[in-house]
Amino acid sequence: MFGIASKLFSWVNDRLPIVNTFERHLSKHPVPSKVNFWYLFGALAAVTLIIQIVTGIWLIMPYSNTEEQAFSSIEYIMRDVDYGWVIRYMHTTGASLFFAVVYLHMFRGLLYGSYQKPKELVWIFGCTIYLAMMAEGFLGYVLPYGQMSYWGAQVIISLFGAIPYIGESLELWVRGDYYISGITVSRFFALHVVALPLILIALVFLHLVALHEVGAGNPEGVDIEEHLDDDGVPLDSVPFFPYKVLNAMVAIGVFGVVFSIIMFFFPEGGGYFIEMANFEKANPLVTPDHIAPVWYYAPFYTMLRAIPDPLGGLIVMASAVAIFFIVPWLDRSKVASIRYKGIYSKIAITLFGVSFLTLGYLGTVGVTEVRKTMSVICTVIYFAYFLLMPIYTKYEKTKEVPERL
Amino acid sequence: MQDKDKTRRKVLIGLTSAVGISGLPFAATPFIAAWNPSAKAKAAGAPVKLDVSKMMYGQQIQVAWRKQPVFIVRHTKESIANLKLNLPKLADPNSDEIIEPYKGMNPSRSKSPEYSVFSGVCSHLGCAPKYYPEVEPKPWDATWNGGFFCPCHGSMFDIVGRVFKGVPAPTNLTVPPHMFEGTILTIGEDKEL
Repeated sequence: MFGIASKLFSWVNDRLPIVNTFERHLSKHPVPSKVNFWYLFGALAAVTLIIQIVTGIWLIMPYSNTEEQAFSSIEYIMRDVDYGWVIRYMHTTGASLFFAVVYLHMFRGLLYGSYQKPKELVWIFGCTIYLAMMAEGFLGYVLPYGQMSYWGAQVIISLFGAIPYIGESLELWVRGDYYISGITVSRFFALHVVALPLILIALVFLHLVALHEVGAGNPEGVDIEEHLDDDGVPLDSVPFFPYKVLNAMVAIGVFGVVFSIIMFFFPEGGGYFIEMANFEKANPLVTPDHIAPVWYYAPFYTMLRAIPDPLGGLIVMASAVAIFFIVPWLDRSKVASIRYKGIYSKIAITLFGVSFLTLGYLGTVGVTEVRKTMSVICTVIYFAYFLLMPIYTKYEKTKEVPERL
Repeated sequence: MQDKDKTRRKVLIGLTSAVGISGLPFAATPFIAAWNPSAKAKAAGAPVKLDVSKMMYGQQIQVAWRKQPVFIVRHTKESIANLKLNLPKLADPNSDEIIEPYKGMNPSRSKSPEYSVFSGVCSHLGCAPKYYPEVEPKPWDATWNGGFFCPCHGSMFDIVGRVFKGVPAPTNLTVPPHMFEGTILTIGEDKEL
């Protein structure tokens, strides 16, 4: 019996590189032996992506992408489909937590210089994933065709209108109608469930292939490739499987508990994960009194509001995301990790973190004079962090990075 | 391979690529054009008609044209007279910054001196401004003379849809093409235009 199984396995393995791939990417793939909790969010993002894909497929089945049916089909999922509410709340909670872990994952990158040579492409693929996620999240939010779906989409699609000359026709082309109608919803549906997931999966694949080519980083910023054993394996490394996989399992367990608490007890996240206005069907004639984006877009929305001119706002908002792509070339420091960078870098990243969170808060509340001034200040700090990076990373005093991990 | 052959190969590669690339716009056309408003959507966006004689003085109503709110305000003599009180606050009192179809025709900006007809879509980011006709201090303006206030980002407009200075909205609310046949108002079509 065992003989047949092993013969069958080698028959397959001769035709499909199973053992090779397993060894190359898992059991023999070396990863730094000492990392901290910041290095777990990548795995959590992967888990969340799988949750989103599986729950998404199940949501497509009862969802209807027409103007008349979209909103009521969501109610139908929530009330009439057995366990439909679990699947939908898993998808909405997953969306928010996907952004949460990705933001933490990106912050890890900034903290420990995970974009520095030779990891530039890993970083760029990651930024592109984030961009695709923003589009994916926006398109998905329109699908229930509630009030906030409608008016949120109205605000975002108007951004195209701010582009000179072609703006208005571009808006009409994106909507395919004179308002956000069933036509718009069904095209967003196609993009949300087919086009962008395909792009996302391809990008995640590239992100991982590029990462495995150049090797993962560590919080010390030590290049583990400098000290190899006789087989060419870094001395300060452990194989990915089982060490990192089992390690990640613990994180996934904790994440699962947090996920479940939100999903079962606070699925609306106090109006931050699913906004209350979205429990009402879209009405093109009535604007909700307070339009706020979901929390994960809030920082960028605040920047948009801080600029009085729509085109200027659009440019600032787009630059705020685009600037991440060039971080590998903005950082001129000799060291990767914040632990060995100088005091300016430490002050800069702290101010950046505070301003990002403040921008996020401001995006979810109404506008007052004080808040408007604050949002301008925070936008300036946000950009200063990136634009001054070539200066403060170059001229500050850094500490000596140890040889070994 | 001889040099002559290499050149030949380069030319052939160049030509084939050029032919292939010139085909791209043709291949892309159906995919881009399929996103344009369909014939059905265009038909649903046809002009709307309504009788405005039943409106009260000072009343504001909204009708949907292409599912977008269009505001109609029936003015009183005082409210037309009050328009000049807001003049110092306005960013573009003569609507020079936008395409104004009935420029200089009436203070109401429409084809009728008594009614204003303008888009109910805020020129900032597309919200619907709300009508506050009262002449009284408001939280957003202590010397409010009546007008429209946008709840989204705090833009202000006077009662004929002209934008205030220093608000997020960049331009006056646009006036759609319209015509009055007696008391029947048609929005979305003007035979004289």
